[in-house]
Amino acid sequence: MKYRLGTWAVAATMAASPVMADLVFPSLSYRTGPYAANGIPFADGYADYFTLLNERDGGIGGVPVRVPECETGYNTEKGVECYESTKGDGALVYQPLSTGITYQLIPKATADGIPVHSMGYGRTSAKDGTVFRNIFNYPANYWDGASYAIKHLLQVNDGSLEGKKIALVYHNSAYGKEPIRTLEELSEKHGFELMLLAVDHPGQEQKSQWLQIRRERPDNVIMYGWGVMNQVAIQEAANIRFPMENFIGIWWSGSENDVRPAGAAADGYKALAFHNVGDDFPVFEDIQTYVVDAGKAAGAGDQIGTVLYNRGLYAAMLAAEAARTAQEIHGVDEITSEMMRDGMEALSITEERMTELGLPNFGPTFEVSCENHGGGGFVAMAQWSATDDQWRLISDYEQSDQDVIGPLIAEDAAAFASENNITPGCN
Amino acid sequence: MPEQLLFTIEVFLNGLMAGVLYALVALGFVLIYKASGIFNFAQGVMALFAAMTLYGIMNGQVPFAHLINAIFSTEIHYFGWNVPALAAIVLTMGVMVLFSWLVQRYIFRYLVGQEPIILFMATIGLAYFLEGVGDLMWGSDIKTLEVGLPQGGNFWIEDNTRWLGFGNEEFYGFFIDSLDIVASVVAAVLVLGLVLFAQYTKQGRAMRAVADDHQAALSVGVSLNFIWILVWSLAGFVALVAGIMWGAKSGVQFSLSLIALKALPVLMLGGFTSIPGAIVGGLIIGVGEKLFEFLIGLPYLGGATENWFAYMLALIFLLFRPQGLFGEKIIERV
Repeated sequence: MKYRLGTWAVAATMAASPVMADLVFPSLSYRTGPYAANGIPFADGYADYFTLLNERDGGIGGVPVRVPECETGYNTEKGVECYESTKGDGALVYQPLSTGITYQLIPKATADGIPVHSMGYGRTSAKDGTVFRNIFNYPANYWDGASYAIKHLLQVNDGSLEGKKIALVYHNSAYGKEPIRTLEELSEKHGFELMLLAVDHPGQEQKSQWLQIRRERPDNVIMYGWGVMNQVAIQEAANIRFPMENFIGIWWSGSENDVRPAGAAADGYKALAFHNVGDDFPVFEDIQTYVVDAGKAAGAGDQIGTVLYNRGLYAAMLAAEAARTAQEIHGVDEITSEMMRDGMEALSITEERMTELGLPNFGPTFEVSCENHGGGGFVAMAQWSATDDQWRLISDYEQSDQDVIGPLIAEDAAAFASENNITPGCN
Repeated sequence: MPEQLLFTIEVFLNGLMAGVLYALVALGFVLIYKASGIFNFAQGVMALFAAMTLYGIMNGQVPFAHLINAIFSTEIHYFGWNVPALAAIVLTMGVMVLFSWLVQRYIFRYLVGQEPIILFMATIGLAYFLEGVGDLMWGSDIKTLEVGLPQGGNFWIEDNTRWLGFGNEEFYGFFIDSLDIVASVVAAVLVLGLVLFAQYTKQGRAMRAVADDHQAALSVGVSLNFIWILVWSLAGFVALVAGIMWGAKSGVQFSLSLIALKALPVLMLGGFTSIPGAIVGGLIIGVGEKLFEFLIGLPYLGGATENWFAYMLALIFLLFRPQGLFGEKIIERV
């Protein structure tokens, strides 16, 4: 009996121990709850890219990849639980896909030595790698988005926004409030009037905000929304006959899910983007061959090529490239989370490499360094065509106003460092 | 008329319309609570489930397709036919009746005589269960409901009220959403239908008898089981109507289930047992929150006051009428 118990104990311990032969990229996904429609395509894209690497290349540098998925329901507490329950599994990097979860993980992941990649979300000042050693937010952040929206408006208004009125319709949360400071600075710089309109979660009812827009008649509306707030806002804008080409959403307000419910009325709506759209890239042929046809597609396999699927795929590609960089730096195939951090900090995404990966012009080129965890802040503009039922990039990737954003990031990062007794530095 | 006054009237009218939509959700709660004393936490999820089912039937979606495909390695998603909206609504109602029977047969039959809190907890479980089943049956993608409802501001009202500005360029007529007008008419017909049903049909009278006194109704031969299935079915029908109206605004998606939160202050204010209370409560909450947002919230508090103000308003009413505006006053003799 003792022998049998001992055998079970050994077996249980072995089963519970991390399998060091794999490279582990946990996926904090949300396939249930109010934001499932957005969480599913991202999680599918993230998983499918790693499946492709396993099936086609035998993993990264010959080491198989494992993607344990943990359901957060977009709930911060559950997200932290997911982090705690998976970090011991040899986790290399976390993509929390939630600003709330990211904020909670900043101190935890830093203490545990595990990097966090909050791509296009999370704490903007994490771009300052001298303070946020383990947090990365390349290739673009919320402030880059706000700045590029204004840059685009300058371009379509002959270089001047003097006397214009721009409304920000935002999710009344830490996420939604992120661009306010940047837009206030930009409003002073370019002489436009900024009008702020908060929408409470979940955003199912926005009549007051859009009646206010109808009364005040802003020239443009910028939206930082998520989930149902986006669909309702686009419908309400159509209801008051607000010109869609003057309505710009952040990248979290720019998926097929956001525009399709409004039908033809959403035609012309614009959204910021830090990666390309559609499935006209060579990598999708490989995904079809090695993942879909092999019956290994994540979820129902029906999200391939959608905006949020592409974002998940792009996040996975950046993680894989960072892991590859880490393997090269340290000369080992089986890397640790500390090595992964080094790889992320030395990441260089060039057009040549993107083309090799089957993703030509899929995203901006950028380099990461100790001082800059956020890349170059290059953002593009996408526009929805209801007739063709698809998004299209209508600009190149252009850099945001670093003269405005740089000092804001330095100020916020310094405040965080001071509050948390962090000595900024690169050693 | 001064511009500010015109805008206030516009906000008032839109508040009334929003209130009707809140009342639609609250009605379902009232029906079940009145007849069985159950506060149905699952009412919002029922609206979501009904709207998802309607979409699924209209588009010939195979229920549980993902599950079937995963188990049997098949690739079936659609039957290949489309069902007209009206027929799909009738079929969805059939599904809601079946749902009511299942709820009665497998949950509440075993909980007769239990404390209200036990019944409430059971509905919380039901809500989570229905959320999961709904996703499994129809998928969790956002569905665009096309049942022929109008969208957009009503041009006729806009054009014919512009003169009220007396040449003021800043006023371009009242904005009223066409969908809200339809929702108001539907809600009026629904309430009238429910009242007529309760007053003039045998089942309606039995329903009222059960609502008044279960045991007395039982003693004269009213089947409690049947009445409770009937009441849940009616609540299912109300949920379907609410799901269609709200789903037409935002697409059918999980967030529809959260509209129940909008019904709570309406119930607190109007009372849990009164159909007119749900309507009047909805209108007061709708108008109150919109006017507060317009006059105080946006100019002085940074906006987004509607969610909490609705509860504040309900709380103020409760201070003076704890049973709600139209609720039954509970007198407990010691």
